[in-house]
Amino acid sequence: MSKAKAGIVVFPGSNCDHDAYHVLKNVLSVDTKFLWHKESAVGDRNIIILPGGFSYGDYLRCGSIARFSPIMKDVIRFAGRGGIVIGICNGFQVLCETGLLPGALMRNENLKFICKTVTLKVENNKSIFTSKYMIKEEISLPVAHGEGNYFCSEEKLTALIGNNQILFTYKDNPNGSVSNIAGIQNEGRNVLGLMPHPERVSEKILGSDDGRRIFESVAESVI
Amino acid sequence: MKEPEVTLELAKSLGLLEEEYERILNILKRKPTYTEIGIFSVMWSEHCSYKNSILEIKKLPRSGGRLLVSAGEENAGLVDIGDGLAVAFKIESHNHPSAVEPYQGAATGVGGILRDIFTMGARPVASLNSLRFGKISIDGFEETTSSEAEAERSKFLFKHVVKGIGDYGNCFGVPTISGEVYFEKCYQDNPLVNAMAVGIVKHNETATAKASGPGNPVFIVGSSTGKDGIHGATFASEEISEESESKRPNVQVGDPFTEKLLLEATLEVIKSGAVVGIQDMGAAGITCSTSEMSAKGNCGMEINLDKVPLRDKNMSAYEIMLSESQERMLVVIEKGKEKTAKDIFEKWDLNCAEIGKVISENKIKVYHKNKLAADIPANELVLGGGAPVYKREIKVPKYINSKRNFDYNNLKEPSDLNETLLKLLASPNIANKKWIYEQYDTQVRTNTVLLPGCDASVIRIKNTNKALSVKVDCNGRYVYLNPYKGGMIAVCESARNIVCTGAKPLAITNCLNFGNPYNPEVYYQFSESLRGIGEACKILETPVTGGNVSFYNQSKDYAVYPTPSIGMLGLLEDIDKMTTSYFKNKNDVILLIGNCRVNDKSELKDNFQICGSEYMNTIHNLVEGDAPDIDAVYEKKLHDFILELTGKSLLNSVHDVSDGGFAVAIAESCIMSPSSQLGCEINFNYRGRKDFCLFEEKQSLIIASADRSSINTIMRTAEIHKIECLEIGTVRGSRLKINFDIDLPLNALSGSYYNSINSIMEK
Repeated sequence: MSKAKAGIVVFPGSNCDHDAYHVLKNVLSVDTKFLWHKESAVGDRNIIILPGGFSYGDYLRCGSIARFSPIMKDVIRFAGRGGIVIGICNGFQVLCETGLLPGALMRNENLKFICKTVTLKVENNKSIFTSKYMIKEEISLPVAHGEGNYFCSEEKLTALIGNNQILFTYKDNPNGSVSNIAGIQNEGRNVLGLMPHPERVSEKILGSDDGRRIFESVAESVI
Repeated sequence: MKEPEVTLELAKSLGLLEEEYERILNILKRKPTYTEIGIFSVMWSEHCSYKNSILEIKKLPRSGGRLLVSAGEENAGLVDIGDGLAVAFKIESHNHPSAVEPYQGAATGVGGILRDIFTMGARPVASLNSLRFGKISIDGFEETTSSEAEAERSKFLFKHVVKGIGDYGNCFGVPTISGEVYFEKCYQDNPLVNAMAVGIVKHNETATAKASGPGNPVFIVGSSTGKDGIHGATFASEEISEESESKRPNVQVGDPFTEKLLLEATLEVIKSGAVVGIQDMGAAGITCSTSEMSAKGNCGMEINLDKVPLRDKNMSAYEIMLSESQERMLVVIEKGKEKTAKDIFEKWDLNCAEIGKVISENKIKVYHKNKLAADIPANELVLGGGAPVYKREIKVPKYINSKRNFDYNNLKEPSDLNETLLKLLASPNIANKKWIYEQYDTQVRTNTVLLPGCDASVIRIKNTNKALSVKVDCNGRYVYLNPYKGGMIAVCESARNIVCTGAKPLAITNCLNFGNPYNPEVYYQFSESLRGIGEACKILETPVTGGNVSFYNQSKDYAVYPTPSIGMLGLLEDIDKMTTSYFKNKNDVILLIGNCRVNDKSELKDNFQICGSEYMNTIHNLVEGDAPDIDAVYEKKLHDFILELTGKSLLNSVHDVSDGGFAVAIAESCIMSPSSQLGCEINFNYRGRKDFCLFEEKQSLIIASADRSSINTIMRTAEIHKIECLEIGTVRGSRLKINFDIDLPLNALSGSYYNSINSIMEK
């Protein structure tokens, strides 16, 4: 039995919160609960998921209000202590806004919302998030976002590459991301942000379970 | 601000007829106040009262089967699917707003229909849409500057409607999984935007739209009330004209984030047991919700407008009552449970203001600034009560006879059938719609097991073995040529699409888009197509759960094609039995099932179902003749047969023949696979002209593929069911070959089919 205790942060506009919950709780039998955005502590949780959605409507820049929410204050402290945090889609945007991850996510290059399955390359399998993949393995994950065009400065990009922080890249870049970046980890290697949705492909019945190993890798890393 | 004096002229300017104004004087036994005349004008508008349609609608089969509530009783239909679960679903139009403000018009159309679903206590699990625009590309038949400008206008509307639908549903968190769109000249000034939503609710967690219990407090929850959308319902009940541009302020503005909060809070408050009755505010806002809830509960309400949270302090009683600000609900709470409700809405940071109470007298009493602004018997305002009901005059349209005299044998036969097929695959009416659905979140909530692009879309129901199959469909050209047959085909084809996924059709919702009902020829189309729909629904055992009527889709001198969109709901008892439309395995046998007639040489030569086809429309630029024949009894037999085969997992693919006919359907089965495309070789004897055989749109016809080893069982079953079933070819190679006439590589088919709309829109 895994010692993982997952907490899914629920912002009022989160809409993939139940999807992440379903995979962890029902598919992988991980002890999982929701964390309401007005709560001020992550409590006994040792994995925090920031799910997809539109945190506070995101009519302003995506995730820019979420970073000030009570729960995020403690998520930042938690990450600072080395706690595991995964931001998916809107969660990735929130992580960039809080500074837990470098860079920013801009409007897609074609200025449209894009929902489709894309091929990703696993660039690094020596992380707690990707240990169950093979290096350079190609996996299919769906994206669904209007602002997934990752950008960072030249300097930061060099650092991302040098520190092996880039975990996933797009084979066929859908949104204009710099260096085809789809997902990165922080320097401390305990925070992951990615635009594609692994929770949407974690059961064969949904067409693929290519995303499931991210959650399995993380759950196993908790000992 | 001084209110205008109420006169007959004022009443007329608000869309009321003289006889209706007389009727109001009779009901009130006095002259109405300005607020009251406003209330009557929206409640008796076509949009709210169904005054010109209800007599025809009542002829539809509206109960029985698995229906838990009859049509019109609640905000949406409710269908039992076993396991203690029910499905709420409904379709509604937002045509007029989308014509003048496509983005917000379409967005609020989605918002409105989602609220109809979660007001019932159901969580929305799928969103669909049915769209019509003018032509988006110049087809070579009429290269004038005006048609170029028209195409640009249609592209503008199309682009922003799709974005409006996407942005609203994506943020709200419901997958938009299916739809249909046609581009025809008749929709140039009157685009159609029909939005459908589907939700799931436990039997014991449903809510009612009935007010009851005098003394129970009445709350308004959700967004504050502003000056947007005033008289939207009246606007929806008149023809589009040059003045319509000035109606842009009548279009509401959507806020999907607030809607998401309202969804969660509404479901929570319904579960808490504090709710007596609840109704969303769509058309005619507070007016409609207070009067309809009161009338249903045979009680009344006393409302104090000073307590309504406002965006603009200077709103008059008239404006507050008629505002169509979005994302609001009217809730009757059980006395003593006010705090429970308030706490829930506070948790979601939403307004929750007590604005009045239920009273036993059947009256709507509205107070504003300590004055009685309106005092009207609730029952007199609503459909089934005092709202007027009209029997409209019917006349067979002149065009029908002249169209019927058309002889298709004079059509020029194309010299190159390969080219014809590629042209049809690239027709925006047939071409793949991924340019649209890739802008929609199709997978949120992780239930979508069959994504858009096949005959229907399928969503699983977690914690059960079941899945829902949903589809919306209507071929307006058929309905135009023959309203009765066209109505019937719309039902049969949507059911057939459901059957192609292995699901059993359960029930429909309909959105009836027509021209001006005061034109007897338009009313003929309405009445006749409803007769066709009703008959098909009876035979297919898919009752009508509710829907919406949209008249006045008319401008200048022409109306849209009569377009009764059918939203069909189907159930897969066992999700493992789901089928898809594309070929799966090399060497599988290809079968033609149903109304085949392919090899039937005894068939009369002139009995081709080519009129009304996409072939005649795209290749010959003609809409002439009669709609294809349809036999709903045979259709039902065909469905039972297919479902018996899919239930035994005997078929590897199932696809129906529709727009573009047999050749297009075969091509689609080759290239629809998201992973690996497969070619095929088809052989059959022509019974007449090749172009007619390949592209006619025969109804009740299915293309399937199966393992060689299953063929004997399938043929035996076909004999028992008395369904024609012919072996016509084999899945193999990477080309589509039909006799010696069609021979194309799959990438040529894909190129036409997948790139067409994208290349038009991204030019």
